[in-house]
Amino acid sequence: MAVTSRFSQSCKLAIAALFGGVFVCNQAFSAVLPEDRADALYHAYDGGGVTIQGPSILVRKSVGNNVSFSANYYVDNVQSASIDVVTRASEYTERREEKGFGVDFLHNKTTIGLNYTESQENDFFARSGHLTVSQDFFGDLTTLSLGYSQGQDEVGRRGDEDFKENAERRHFRLGLSQIITKNSILNFSLETITDEGYLNNPYRAVRYLDPTVGAGYAYQDERYPETRTSDSAAIRGLYYLPYRASVKFELKTFADTWGIEADSQEIGYVHPIGDNWQVDFKLRSYKQGQADFYSDLFPRIDAQNFLARDKEMSAFSSQTIGVGGYYKYELKNWDSFDRFSINLSLDRVLYQYDNFRDLRVSAEPGTEPLYEYEATVYRFYFSLFY
Amino acid sequence: MKLRKILRRGLVFASCIIATGCTTIEPWVKPYERQNLADPIMAFSKAPVSDNYLHHVHQAREGARGAEGSAGGGCGCN
Repeated sequence: MAVTSRFSQSCKLAIAALFGGVFVCNQAFSAVLPEDRADALYHAYDGGGVTIQGPSILVRKSVGNNVSFSANYYVDNVQSASIDVVTRASEYTERREEKGFGVDFLHNKTTIGLNYTESQENDFFARSGHLTVSQDFFGDLTTLSLGYSQGQDEVGRRGDEDFKENAERRHFRLGLSQIITKNSILNFSLETITDEGYLNNPYRAVRYLDPTVGAGYAYQDERYPETRTSDSAAIRGLYYLPYRASVKFELKTFADTWGIEADSQEIGYVHPIGDNWQVDFKLRSYKQGQADFYSDLFPRIDAQNFLARDKEMSAFSSQTIGVGGYYKYELKNWDSFDRFSINLSLDRVLYQYDNFRDLRVSAEPGTEPLYEYEATVYRFYFSLFY
Repeated sequence: MKLRKILRRGLVFASCIIATGCTTIEPWVKPYERQNLADPIMAFSKAPVSDNYLHHVHQAREGARGAEGSAGGGCGCN
């Protein structure tokens, strides 16, 4: 939890979509269960003084033609000397484990997905349940999906056995996939998320002007509202190019009751080389405004009811460039296995904050340089299909 | 909010489409015309376990959340 923001806590709910019935949204044809497969992912994030790496294992197996089970195990090993940590505390290491189980049912053109997920850290425990229903219609050109998730968080604080808080989260999802032409697909997604309870990060603090201390500022604990509701909408498209390649785009917009508004744009290109190889490229841009109660430097202690200085709630933008490679091999002489694939993806991200200052630099309070950093995201995974 | 304006316009657009529904619309892409759509390069998500992790990376560091489509988030570490 020490490294987990209240944003990420709510995001844990969504992980079941990985296993749920929303898989049918990706398919251009009538509803079928997800393919039987096993994936072993090694992931790593390195940037801003933070290194997070670990494995993720996903196994999916169908029983008969109408039921498919899935299980996932995910680990984050965190080593953090982020700017929040080095300006307020000491470097630390932490481990998070997540386990999920799911089952999908197929009946005619309807898919129902159920999933349960638990996430455990030394000071945080979250569990969530998920339901997704998808229906194909209009000659299988259209897929409509509805989803609901509910989760509970138990928040603790290291070194404080008496500290125990709770939060509840609910997600409502609507998705529509539409085949437009024989070479193009569009997908629309809407999601509303409501949170209630303790939404703070118990380790974060805000700073305020205090001329009685040498640095010119002091700290007090953050204080967030106990409710939050957000709406997000996205449109995605895929187009098949005449020479067997594809381009992809995604536009997303977001707003919440804390005053954060955000937009992102992404374009991608997939280029196969022969039958077995594939390369892909992408560019992504993200920009958000700050929360109503965010400030890098408050004028005095208890300056307002709600106080935040999480850089994730500051106004900032990020740009991502990504490249990936993929190799597939058909296992024609094997009875039990169909094929395997090996994938490597690298993303380079630049984060630039508009109102979050770098306190590692000593200067007049409020005149420190704005913070920015670069990060690299690695994904290497092996997939076996059977 | 800006998002609500977008949703309102979307509803108006959808209402216009529905209002024209006195004529029957047939599926315009036949099953035998869907070979390009079936190509693996036309998948929104090639590997859910990988996409899911990337969403987790975004959501841990950004204020925005949700509407991820085929794959969700995860925890986040900052």
